[in-house]
This record gives sequence, C-alpha cells and structure tokens, in this order.
Amino acid sequence: MGNMTEAVQITDAKKRYSAGVLKYAQMGYWDADYEPKATDILALFRITPQDGVDAIEAAAAVAGESSTATWTVVWTDRLTACDMYRAKAYRVEPVPGIPGQYFCYVAYDLSLFEEGSITNVAASVIGNVFSFKPLKAARLEDMKFPVAYVKTFSGPPTGIVVERERLDKFGRPLLGATTKPKLGLSGRNYGRVVYEGLRGGLDFMKDDENINSQPFMHWRDRFLFVMDAVNKASAATGEVKGSYLNITAGTMEEMYRRAEFAKQLGSVIVMVDLVIGYTAIQSMSHWCRQNDMILHLHRAGHGTYTRQKNHGVSFRVIAKWMRLAGVDHIHAGTAVGKLEGDPLTVQGYYNVCRDTHTTVDLPRGIYFDQDWGALKKVMPVASGGIHAGQMHQLLDLFGDDVVLQFGGGTIGHPQGIQAGATANRVALEAMVLARNEGRDIKEEGPQILRDAAKWCTPLAAALDTWGEISFNYTSTDTSDYVPTASVA
Amino acid sequence: MRITQGTFSFLPDLSDTQITKQIDHCLAKGWAIGLEYTDDPHPRNTFWEMFGNPMFDIHDAAGVMLELRNCRKTFPSHYIRLTAFDSTHGTESVVTSFIVNRPKEEPGFRLIRTEEPGRTIRYSIESYAVQRAPEGERY
Amino acid sequence: MDTAVHPTTPTALLESSGARAVLDKLDTELVGLAPVKGRIRDIAALLLIDKLRAEQGLQSTPPSLHMCFTGNPGTGKTTVAMRMAEVLKQLGYVRKGHLVAVTRDDLVGQFIGHTAPKTKEVLKKAMGGVLFIDEAYYLYRPENERDYGQEAIEILLQVMENHRDDLVVILAGYKDRMDTFFASNPGMASRIAHHIDFPDYSEAELMQITQLMLAQLNYHFDAAAEPAFARYVALRRQQPHFANARSIRNALDRIRLRHATRLFGSTEALSREQLATLQAEDILASRVFAASITTERKETTS
Repeated sequence: MGNMTEAVQITDAKKRYSAGVLKYAQMGYWDADYEPKATDILALFRITPQDGVDAIEAAAAVAGESSTATWTVVWTDRLTACDMYRAKAYRVEPVPGIPGQYFCYVAYDLSLFEEGSITNVAASVIGNVFSFKPLKAARLEDMKFPVAYVKTFSGPPTGIVVERERLDKFGRPLLGATTKPKLGLSGRNYGRVVYEGLRGGLDFMKDDENINSQPFMHWRDRFLFVMDAVNKASAATGEVKGSYLNITAGTMEEMYRRAEFAKQLGSVIVMVDLVIGYTAIQSMSHWCRQNDMILHLHRAGHGTYTRQKNHGVSFRVIAKWMRLAGVDHIHAGTAVGKLEGDPLTVQGYYNVCRDTHTTVDLPRGIYFDQDWGALKKVMPVASGGIHAGQMHQLLDLFGDDVVLQFGGGTIGHPQGIQAGATANRVALEAMVLARNEGRDIKEEGPQILRDAAKWCTPLAAALDTWGEISFNYTSTDTSDYVPTASVA
Repeated sequence: MRITQGTFSFLPDLSDTQITKQIDHCLAKGWAIGLEYTDDPHPRNTFWEMFGNPMFDIHDAAGVMLELRNCRKTFPSHYIRLTAFDSTHGTESVVTSFIVNRPKEEPGFRLIRTEEPGRTIRYSIESYAVQRAPEGERY
Repeated sequence: MDTAVHPTTPTALLESSGARAVLDKLDTELVGLAPVKGRIRDIAALLLIDKLRAEQGLQSTPPSLHMCFTGNPGTGKTTVAMRMAEVLKQLGYVRKGHLVAVTRDDLVGQFIGHTAPKTKEVLKKAMGGVLFIDEAYYLYRPENERDYGQEAIEILLQVMENHRDDLVVILAGYKDRMDTFFASNPGMASRIAHHIDFPDYSEAELMQITQLMLAQLNYHFDAAAEPAFARYVALRRQQPHFANARSIRNALDRIRLRHATRLFGSTEALSREQLATLQAEDILASRVFAASITTERKETTS
C-alpha cells in the first residue's frame, strides 16, 4: 500500500519561509481537514509515485506543482495571500486492486483561473505536473467545475435541442458517414460520394480529420462540390441535409476564411480537429454562434494521452473541457466498434456531454457531481467500425441523442452507397419504432432487423455482408469499480 | 417521389395500430401531443398549421386517434404529422415528429441554381406542388 | 367430458385479476350501502362471465357498460364510480381506469360553436377510463330553445354507441329528475345498461360514519355528547337539503369550531384530553335544535 504517513505542516511563518527545501506536504499543499468550498475547482488525479515516495507527499507535490510551488522555499511568496493560491490535496486513497496507484483529490481556488479560458485550465492543471520526476505516472481522471466558473463560458454554440430544431429531425439518432477513401479523391469525385450517401438516407456526411487542403484537393473545390451535392440531396428527399466541412488549417486567419466560405455556400455545419488547440476551438465556437453554424469536433490525437489508464488525461475530462469551450458534436466512442472504449466508460462520456446535471457514477467513471448551469448539451458522435447489424446495441447503449456514423458500413455496401445509406436508415427507424412499442431491443434486435430486411433488400444485403463482424478486444481503460468489464 | 421528413419516413406508412402504440409511448413519457397539417412540405417550413392545440392531460391513445381521424377526414390530401413535446428542463422542445398522412401524388422539389461570382452557386429549393396552385388546392 | 374453459374457478379468477381487492376496499371504506355493494358484485360477476363467454366465441357484441347512479347527495356515488372504474380496468374492460368527473358546465358552451370542442376535450381526456357526469339532467333544457345542452347530448350519444371499447359513461343525480330526463331522451335511456339506486343512510349508518370521521380527525365524543349527536342527526335528516355523509362532515366542522371557541376561553393550560374531547354543549348549540323547538311550539299552540 505504500507508506502513507500523515505529514505535519509547518505553520510557524519563521520556520516555513526560511530558505531551504521542504516537503510539499509541510508547505501547505496537503490538508486532510480541508472542506472544498462551493466555488473551488476540483481535480482527481490517479498517481503512481516512484518507489519510496510517500503517497501523501506525492499528492501534495501534484497540488503544489499545479499551483504555486517551486522546489525550494521562496521569500516572495510572502508578498501574496499565499495560502489562498496554494492548491490543496485533501484526500488520498489507494486505487482498488492496483497496488502502488493512488487517487488524490486536489482543490483549487476560483481565483487561480481566468474566466472563460479552457487553455488556462489546461495550462494550470496539466501544464507542469506530469513531467514531475517523483511521479512514475499520473493521470487526470476527472474535474469538477463550480457553476460560478461554468457561467464564464458560453458553451456549445448550438446544442442538441437547437440542432434538432434546425434540422427538423426528432425522435431518433442522426445518421452520418465519413467519405472514404479518407484521402486522394478529387473534389468532384468527393462530392459524388457525399451526394450518394445523403440521397440514400443519411442526415450528414463528413470530412475526415486529415482532409484539410492538400495537393489532390484544395479546400475551396471540396466545399463547392460538396455543397452542390448537399443541396441536390436535400431537393431529392425534402429533408435538411449537411456535410461537415473541415475548416482546420495552419493558422486562425486561414480558418476564418474557410469558415466564411462555408457559410457563404449555405452549409449548416463545419468541423474542426482537436489538434487545432483549445484556444482555436473557443474562437471557432464564438464564430459559429455568431453565424448560426453547428460545430463538429473530431477528437484527433486524443488517443495519445487518453487511452492508458495510468498516464495521461481521461477523455471524460476532455469532453468536459470541450463542452465548456463550446462544441456541438464530439466523437465520444462506440463501445462496439473498431476503436477503444468499454461500454460503461463510454456511457460515462456520453453522460458528461448530455446531462443537465451529472451525478457521481463510479462504474461509469464519473467521480464528481457536476451542475452544468443550463449550459447547452453536446451531441456525442459514435464513429468507427460500426454497421447496421449492431443498430440494436447502439440504440440500447446510447439512446436517441447521438450521431451514428457508418463510413465503411455505407460506402462499402455491395449494392452501392445509396443502398448502404438506406440500409442504415431503415435499420435505425425500424429499431426506434420497435423500442417505442416496448419491445426489448437488446434481445429481439437481430429479429427486428431481419424482419425489416424482408422488405428492404439493401438491409438484407448489409446483414449478409457484415452480420457476423464484431470487434472484441479487452479494453485498456475500464472502470476500477466494476468486477469484470466486457464489450456487449 | 416520397418526402422522407419525420422520424419513420423510411418505413412503410404506419398503420393505425402502429400509430396508437407510438402515441401510448408518448403518453407514458408524459409528453403533450399535437397534430399539424400542411400542403407546403419545404424542408424549412417549420410551422405547419395546427389542428387544434397540443393535447395535454390525455390518458389514452383513443383520445388522440379521435382527433387524428377527424384531421384526416378534414384534410385528406394534406401532409399530416403527429408531434410530441417534452417540457423537461434541458429539453423543452419537440421530441418526436412523424408523418401520419400524405397526398397520393408527391411531385417533389426543384433545385434552383443561381450563379454568383467565381464558382459560387446560391441554391434554393422549390416545391412543384406549391408552385402550381394556391394553398388548399395543391394536392 | 367438457374440458374446463380455465383451469381455475371464477372466484379465483376474480382474485387473480385484482378486482376482488378493489371490491373488498369498497366494502371497508364505505359504510352501509348493502344493496349497492351487492349490485356491484353482481355486475363484476357478469363482466367476468362475459369475458369467459367471449373467449369461447359465445359473445358476439361487446356488452354495454354505461351506468346510471341515482340517489341523494352524499351517498357515495362518486366514490363507487371510482371503484367501478378500477374494477373495469382489472377485468380488462377499460384500458387505463381513470375517472373524469364533470357537470353540465364542463360540457356545454356559452355561444354557438363553443359546445362541440368543449365536450370533445372532456371526452379525449376520459378515453381509456370512465366519464362521470353529475346531475346529467341539466344537459336537457327544452324550455330554452337557444340552449346548447342538446348538442352535448348528441355528441355523448354518438360516443357511447361508437366508442364502447374506449369509454364508459356513468350518469348520476336525483332519481326523480333522472327519470324525467330519460323519458324525454329515450336514446340516452336505451344506452344505459345498469341502473343503481343509492338509498339514504340509516341513522345507525350515519352514526357509524360519524365515528369513522372522528377517528380520522383524532376527536371523540364524551358520554353525553354521543346521544346529543344522535338527536341532532335525527332532527337534521328531516330538514331539507340533507346530504348524508357530506352533511355529517359539515356538522362535525361546526362542532369543532364551537369546541375551539369553548376551549379558547379557558383560564388554564389545556390538557391533551380536553383538546380531543367534544362535549354535548358543542353540539346542542346548533340551530337545528332551535328550529325544531319552534316547529314543536307551533304544533302545540295551534
């Protein structure tokens, strides 16, 4: 369990501030009796101290290095109300079943942060700590933001409710697909794929994260051909259609230019990649609100730091940050597709996006209550290796407020892209109808799909082609509070 | 063509039994139900005409089906949709909306392209039915 | 050998459907009303047998379930209607089993075109359950040709005939006025399958009701108060506008008022016993006694 000896703080100012090196726990960064204030920002770290390092001292070090500390005592501290600015580690407990790993809770005063800036939150909480030598590994598991801080953000520019009202689509998940192949198509051919997918029955098509503006297709040509396809499909079906135009670029100025063009052409939605950075995301969020545009976020690059349980940042924290920063769509996992994500943990991410008030739910990895202060809701996106044959599992796991993206599952359909889109749409509507009638879709799902396939040949072909495919690997990031994790 | 607006448009037209089950689902959730009709099915025509106010405090689908049959009898060649409203904080909007009646012939939409500077095109969608006759005489 | 329709007996079926529990609840919560309770049990038996016959294909048309409850006010008509709605639900004759209670004003409008939507609104809310129309005869006002009640009656007649699976209608009111109403509206009369009369409570039953109400309110009569109240009831019953259980309730409220006023004048702290005990003088102060003395005097002097 490690040596968790209760450290004694030095409160005598003369001793505390004389030059030299002190333990963090003595410097005021550990306080077992501290009661977090309603306005404090809280963070939960999962730390693995180096051998021989005391857990409490490590926790205090995390608190210190993410607020005011440096490795030695400095007299200039006393020019400030230093105790207020010190973050306080107030609770340390061993992680169940993993020796050498500890949960440590840290509280930060509201004044440590700039209003309405996720970049500042990140710079503060994960800026320094993770490279700290006495820690073998550290992961930011969860954060709690007081309503006082939540209110300094404008949040999602559109939100689930307004998105549905704009699209006039209610009562079922939205359907999308990423244009494939990801790279190499010319603008005209790219638009063809978009038209076929939307015409066949999808609500959205999508640029992939690495399609920005490359030699094989300049962004302007993509936008022009895609919007022609979108409008043509809209006229053919009588529905509002959209395609996420990726406006990610090398500079902010270029991004604004691309966003303006998308607006000019009448797109309902634009998309950005996570790698543009938190500052850029917030700027684009404001632009989108001012221009009535839905903002889709692809979480490109997150896997480098969210996937390992012992080190990095949990995706639920990223999801919270992105809801505050203000995106309308965020890729949040499929649980049953080709990419990482155990069902309960993924449901935790979805809850963070969609709740009015998130409550503690340890099996789903939610460690704090979070009052979202009427901030709009983010629509989670499930994308990656899913197909029509899994529709009952997807609907059961995630409910109605989700975008289901079937890239390969649409474009790879043996009868063509329109058939692939139709198969997905029919499977979805039939499943929603059955669920509303009170049927148990987890059990009867495959039969419901087969019944619909009787009158819908594209769906029959889809089930024949992919019915048996599933991706069952042990997840690398499962809850500590569930006896055995399993993929449904 | 067949306009695919609404939650269940890709399925064959719902029978009255299926509609009753959907209404039961809405009532069980405490949602109010409204009936609307139109002969202008443009995708951005948000406000169809209301056939009476949305119905609150209904206990059984029969009450809603009474009004639905009445609406079909009054407007047999209009699009009619059934819309449900959820007043829960955080939603306070429409939660399902599906078509329960269609005109026999649906001529569809024309896509109008207006050329602008560069290669830019401005698009608009026009309903053939709306173009050919005034309201009430289109289908 | 005739194979049994169901492996269980009819009484067991009544039990398993949950209807038995409702009927038992009716027995305990309402005092007296023996003939009414008997009729309800008969109807429940009929409905159960009808269900079994329908399963055997012996029943071609669904039975008419509309009813008429007659009797003075305060005799339990609304309570019985609610239990009837539950029994109908348990036996599978209505889908939801809720009760919507209305009077003429809820159904009839004040101007042309007002009535039909008003009546339809009420009907929509009642579908799947029971519509209870109190003093239904007020719908019919032949002396006023501009009265819109007739329109409501027409709509009701149509719904009672065509929506038997969706709605059960129970009319209620004074017996003599109901009889007149049915005589002038044979269409309505022909749609009513069951007539149940609610007799007035006997004095003994009224005293029983009183004891139940007092127990609920945490009061009791002292030795002198009980016979005083018995005399009160005997006198009050003869007077006009006696509403049975409701009148008892009103009387108890006035007695509590006098009890409170009496205690208020106390010069000492009040004991728990005093707070809960009603005395004869709280009852005898009633005008009911004065009025009867006056009539007695009139009779003796004349």
